[in-house]
Amino acid sequence: MLNPLRRRSPLDLPPVAKLVAYALLVGWAFVVLFPLYWLLVTSFKLPIQVEGGPRYIPFVDFQPTLENWRYIFVDLRSDTLRPYLNTVVVGLTSSVLALALGASAAYALVRFQYRPRVGVIGLFVGCLVGVALATGFGVPLPVSIASAVAIFAILVATIARRFRRRLGNADVAFWLISQRILPPVAVVIPIYVFFQRLGLLDTWQALIITYVATNLPIVVWLMRDYFSTVPLELEESAAVDGASPYRIFRSIVLPVSAPGLVATFLFVLVFAWNEYLLALFLSSARAQTLPLTVAAQNATRGPQWWYMSVLILIMIIPVILVAIALERYISRGVLVGAVKG
Amino acid sequence: MESSASSSPLDPRGPALPTGPGLLDTTVPGGVVERRRVGFEAILAPRNVFLWPALLVVLALSIFPLFVSLYLSLSRLQFTANGIDIRFIGPSNYQVLLFGSEQVHLIGLLKEPTALGWAVFVGVAAVVGWAFWRAIRGGTAGFGLVLRGLGGIALLSLTWIVVHTIFATGGRPGTLLVTLTYVFVGLVVQYALGLGLATLATLRLPGRRFFRVVFLLPMMITPVGVGYLFQMLTDTGKGPLLPLFQAFGLYHFTWTTDPWLARVAVMVGDIWQWTPFLFIVLLAALEGQDQEVLEAAHVDGASRWQAFRHITIPAILPVSTTVILIRMIEAFKIVDLPNILTNGGPGTATESVTLQAFFDWRTQALGRSAALAYVLLILVTVIATAYVNLVRRRVAAS
Repeated sequence: MLNPLRRRSPLDLPPVAKLVAYALLVGWAFVVLFPLYWLLVTSFKLPIQVEGGPRYIPFVDFQPTLENWRYIFVDLRSDTLRPYLNTVVVGLTSSVLALALGASAAYALVRFQYRPRVGVIGLFVGCLVGVALATGFGVPLPVSIASAVAIFAILVATIARRFRRRLGNADVAFWLISQRILPPVAVVIPIYVFFQRLGLLDTWQALIITYVATNLPIVVWLMRDYFSTVPLELEESAAVDGASPYRIFRSIVLPVSAPGLVATFLFVLVFAWNEYLLALFLSSARAQTLPLTVAAQNATRGPQWWYMSVLILIMIIPVILVAIALERYISRGVLVGAVKG
Repeated sequence: MESSASSSPLDPRGPALPTGPGLLDTTVPGGVVERRRVGFEAILAPRNVFLWPALLVVLALSIFPLFVSLYLSLSRLQFTANGIDIRFIGPSNYQVLLFGSEQVHLIGLLKEPTALGWAVFVGVAAVVGWAFWRAIRGGTAGFGLVLRGLGGIALLSLTWIVVHTIFATGGRPGTLLVTLTYVFVGLVVQYALGLGLATLATLRLPGRRFFRVVFLLPMMITPVGVGYLFQMLTDTGKGPLLPLFQAFGLYHFTWTTDPWLARVAVMVGDIWQWTPFLFIVLLAALEGQDQEVLEAAHVDGASRWQAFRHITIPAILPVSTTVILIRMIEAFKIVDLPNILTNGGPGTATESVTLQAFFDWRTQALGRSAALAYVLLILVTVIATAYVNLVRRRVAAS
């Protein structure tokens, strides 16, 4: 049996430092796991066992019961399983889409130079406001959009070019992240109206589109930094061999950035999986997601901690599985191997 | 704020790079060399195909809410028999929040500062004045100078609020300062913990993969769930920490009656939940480092600390600045935890600006709710702009 504390490489720590590091890791693991342990034991308690004061160890401090699990899976059955399915579909689809669109945009912002004109942007926003105002005053939407496009085209060709000031990639990126600043409570009503007009309320599509849009800025920002560490020589040599930009992106840049992709994916998945306020507005019966089910356990009698514990536990299991499956890609050597291979 | 040729303010290779090799597409260092394309080919050039789908999705879902909430913040909504009556009332929602009856709630109870308070204010004013003078001496002019001036004024106003609420007898901070406290304490602690844990998790210790997955767990719980979980844990009658409280002689006390204890409880929950985000992003950055450089440094006799300071820190600096910005923007929107854990109390002591907006929204004061959201939008935009510009300069200089 190998001694786990033995030094294998000059970069390894001496044994004493390893013990200290290990103690710190275990300490934080305890901080993380104790609340989760409390969820687990609470899920096997009867209400009276929760209310009577802290009881820590099943079979010793209290007699565990499957009553809460039975309630969630048998009594509620479809009211648990339907939100579960919705959460899985919406979470995975929106995260994959956000990652695909966001990684492309991040790559574009790292490799190409964009110099949008302030005049054109101002004109574009002006036309959008015009459309919104006109629609508000009763002009049919197709008419206002068509006239806005015409006005935009004419003005771009004539006036907008006179405004010389241009923006750069950094400004595009900052605009993207600034779209996350407004708190959800301020945007739910407009977004609700938006999807109502499209007839998409209470559907997967509405939630997926919303989560893709809200997650994109984060994907772009994180992936921009990971992409900027990819050596240019790799891409140049592929370009010399005649690979298209799409091919280079797919076959070289993405595989080399695997750690960053995985970290980003986990984060946006978690966000879409757990989002509460937007889901509250955009879904009611059919497309309801699990965070709403958890919040619904706060009845007039006070929070039903025992039911919540069950729901929170079953809710994080799929995310844990994804994390376990993807964790291996966050490890060193990926980049080095690609450069040498 | 110069619009430099750099594609990324946080790029480690400085402002000259990366412009992309001429081979890939249309740019070379020093100028734009556009291969002229026409018609559909111009629209479907890779540079557009890569970028525009993302921009359009974000634009479609953000520009409409942005204008609608701006309009709502300038109007009063009334629910009448015929539906909703929206009346434009100008800036009076903002006036109520900043100077009127809601001032105590948002900004705080303002009292005459103590001597220490005045000293702090004078100190900050001196620093701001000195920085501004240096900017003028350094040749900053025009737009950049205006931006710096606005930033200085914002900082001074904030200091003025701090000394009139916290450094004043009888004063009391409002939701604005409470939110700022959450954000800055949370950020510092989360970054320190996240970086420390990520460094430890890169060591080749047994059980490494176990720790890496376990450390992510808090982030996976829905924020509403974290609120109820911490409500359970901090309950002084039936929570698991009861023996701990009793050991300190605290039986059946209610920590929720002490403003600072309640705020600390909210911050602990926030730190517990979001340290994993910084952990995983920094872990990916650490693992993405070139190991050969570190080994070479070791061979050359560099100590572990020197290697960390001069190789690892610069390597993870871009990702660090990004992750701090993202976490900061998210942290300003903190709402679920104080809502569930303390319901904003005692009084309004643990209320964040977003929670205040949420309460207003729930009582159908939609105009004031939107105005609060816009106050937050302006504040965060100022801070984020200052952060990006200051950090961009630092990273470019190093």
